[in-house]
Amino acid sequence: MEFQVPKSTYTGIINLVKLGRGDATVSIGGETALPFYTFEGEMPNRPIVAVEVQDRKPSDWPDVLTKYYSDVLDDPVRWAKKSIEKYGADAICLRLTSIDPNGEDAGPDEAAEITAAVRKSISKPLIIYGTGPLEKIAEVMNKVSEKNSGENILMGWVEEDNYKTAATAAIKYSNNLVALNPLDVNIAKQLNILLTQFGLSSDKIVMDPSTSALGYGIEYCYSAMERLKIAALLQNDKMTQMPVITDIGPEVWKVKEVRESEENYPEWGYQEERAINWEAITCGSMLLSGSDILVMRHPGAISLIKEFIEELM
Amino acid sequence: MALSGLEIFKKLPKTNCKDCGFPTCLAFAMQVAAGKVGVEKCPHISEEVKKELMEASLPPILKVEIGAGEDSIVVGEETVLFRHDRTFVNQNAFAVTVEDEDEAGRIEEVARRVNDIAYERVGEVLTLDAVCIKNKSGDKDKFMEVVEKVDSLTKKPLILVSKDTGTLKCAAEAFKEKKPLIHAATVDNVDSIINITGETGCPVVVRGETFEDVRTLTEKMGNSGIKNIVIDIGTRNFKNDFYNQIVLRKSAIEQKNRLFGYPTIVFPGEMTDNILKETLMASVFVAKYASIVVLSNANYQNIFPLMVYRQNIYTDPRMPMQVEQNIYKIGNPGGNSPVLITTNFSLTYFIISGEVENSKVPSWLLVMDVEGQSVLTAWAAGKFVPEMIARFVRESGIADKVNKKELVIPGYVAQLKDELEEELEGGWKVVVGPREAGEVPRFLKEYVAW
Repeated sequence: MEFQVPKSTYTGIINLVKLGRGDATVSIGGETALPFYTFEGEMPNRPIVAVEVQDRKPSDWPDVLTKYYSDVLDDPVRWAKKSIEKYGADAICLRLTSIDPNGEDAGPDEAAEITAAVRKSISKPLIIYGTGPLEKIAEVMNKVSEKNSGENILMGWVEEDNYKTAATAAIKYSNNLVALNPLDVNIAKQLNILLTQFGLSSDKIVMDPSTSALGYGIEYCYSAMERLKIAALLQNDKMTQMPVITDIGPEVWKVKEVRESEENYPEWGYQEERAINWEAITCGSMLLSGSDILVMRHPGAISLIKEFIEELM
Repeated sequence: MALSGLEIFKKLPKTNCKDCGFPTCLAFAMQVAAGKVGVEKCPHISEEVKKELMEASLPPILKVEIGAGEDSIVVGEETVLFRHDRTFVNQNAFAVTVEDEDEAGRIEEVARRVNDIAYERVGEVLTLDAVCIKNKSGDKDKFMEVVEKVDSLTKKPLILVSKDTGTLKCAAEAFKEKKPLIHAATVDNVDSIINITGETGCPVVVRGETFEDVRTLTEKMGNSGIKNIVIDIGTRNFKNDFYNQIVLRKSAIEQKNRLFGYPTIVFPGEMTDNILKETLMASVFVAKYASIVVLSNANYQNIFPLMVYRQNIYTDPRMPMQVEQNIYKIGNPGGNSPVLITTNFSLTYFIISGEVENSKVPSWLLVMDVEGQSVLTAWAAGKFVPEMIARFVRESGIADKVNKKELVIPGYVAQLKDELEEELEGGWKVVVGPREAGEVPRFLKEYVAW
């Protein structure tokens, strides 16, 4: 007798979210089974890799990373193009490091200009992430949304106690929002409820569960995301059915296991391969638990993860 | 899987004789159901009922021991699909491969690394578990020679891989005291392998490409009384074997399918030639259900992240990971270095110590035991409050190490400043630090420049 493969019955579906416009459009979501459980359901859209670009030259990136971008680090437009053409980015995640009041404190207008310039130069969807306090980020998102009206970009981020400014701008100019929660299914749901009640369509929301790196609490994130997917798919809980973005680059690239050289820690092995492994394993874990967008940095890790997705689809 | 307390109770004599050491049969049944005591503690049940209850109380995935002595490993006994339901029980083993055609130097190096690699992390020491020896040459004598060599170099368990049944028989008999894992029984040689494992007591791998093949093999072995089985399923194709691992675990747990209720072994190094890709695939099998992951290499940069990932996945999801209460030196702090305090939630500790390290400002970090909670949670729970913090600071002995008696507290508990200063006495001043760890480097640089 042939073996009957045990299959779970899923009642829910992850929201289909479209990012970008025209030729730059990419869809995420639409899954009807746990991530890569293609024997149980559909996974119509592959998870995408958004390569991180910063609007100012980063000062804290180690050499094993900057050497791939050294010719473009002071020009976000060229940096974005190189990430797409050379490293296979499915999207660009522009981190606005200039706006942090503790740093340069650049104004919303300038951030909006840079964002539009990057967006116009690429034929892939654009994601932006702010830096610094949420009040400032909201102010910047407002301008960025206006300047990229109708372009369907994804803007990070809003939280439970500060979402109205950004949500107003997202609705008005037809863009998407990242809803951040601190590794917490209930807070994630609550924020989705607030945003949709405020008038933002649920297919304009992507959740960020506050990713952590391998060795720094990744298991909390892994389980929080598994629980979100189970609620979304098995319990058909509408307010957990938003796709997920995991902002992995900054988390991985600040830990000492990635930043220290083999001279300092010979028992950890070669730094660059170790760093690639660290980023790739973190991404792999987030893919298995349900990430739809990965924000990544190292070209070596990016190509491993792209192959990984290709093979498991 | 296991029976409930009431189901067990129904099979007991219900005399409340207390011979088992519990006041009532029901109390005993509850303890049996919870896995805290064996049903054999009741002297009055029949052999038949005892056998029935013992079998029903076995975990859906059986326990298998590989190797002998202190370094033996236990795999299997898993009970759930998701770690948030219940902690995964026995963390997967990592084995490293040598081939009998390898140069002596490589074999020695692998054995040395399997013995010596030890990463201390969050109060645990992470180590490798086994050596997998492959009979690539096809030559029996050559294989035996290498097995002997590896055996002389390590006490860790061995996994012996050969396509030749005669070779496996020879190796299993020669090393049966060490209980190596024999790879493998297939549909073609299962009868001979049953004889070998029956005689030597060695644990054995069943190797089949399909569920049907594996099921045939485990059934045949089970009927011969062999239960120390590990399953090797698939075609060495990543997607296919990912699927296989999930289906086996689901079948064992959801369908209570005993024929698939055994630990599994995977060989990601046979799915790709790219060593970094192998590492990534291995990490997938850590999370998705392999019990033994055989690696092609013991390169530190691959082993280290995998062992950290295994530790992460196998922690108890309900228990916050904790670090020891202590004074941690970061850099090489002296009498005028900053003194910071935080709680012993390991994430808090890791993030703060990492940021202090990034600042390049040598510092003292006091880590206070609050049962593994974060700063805000511990404060809200009354465990990180001025009186208790002051007592910890006094007893820590930090006052003997520094001249500058200033304590930096997390920005989130700024409101504790005045009361804590009062409680501390001895001329301590309290300084409010940043709220977020990311701001620590800037804070420290400015703080020491004052």
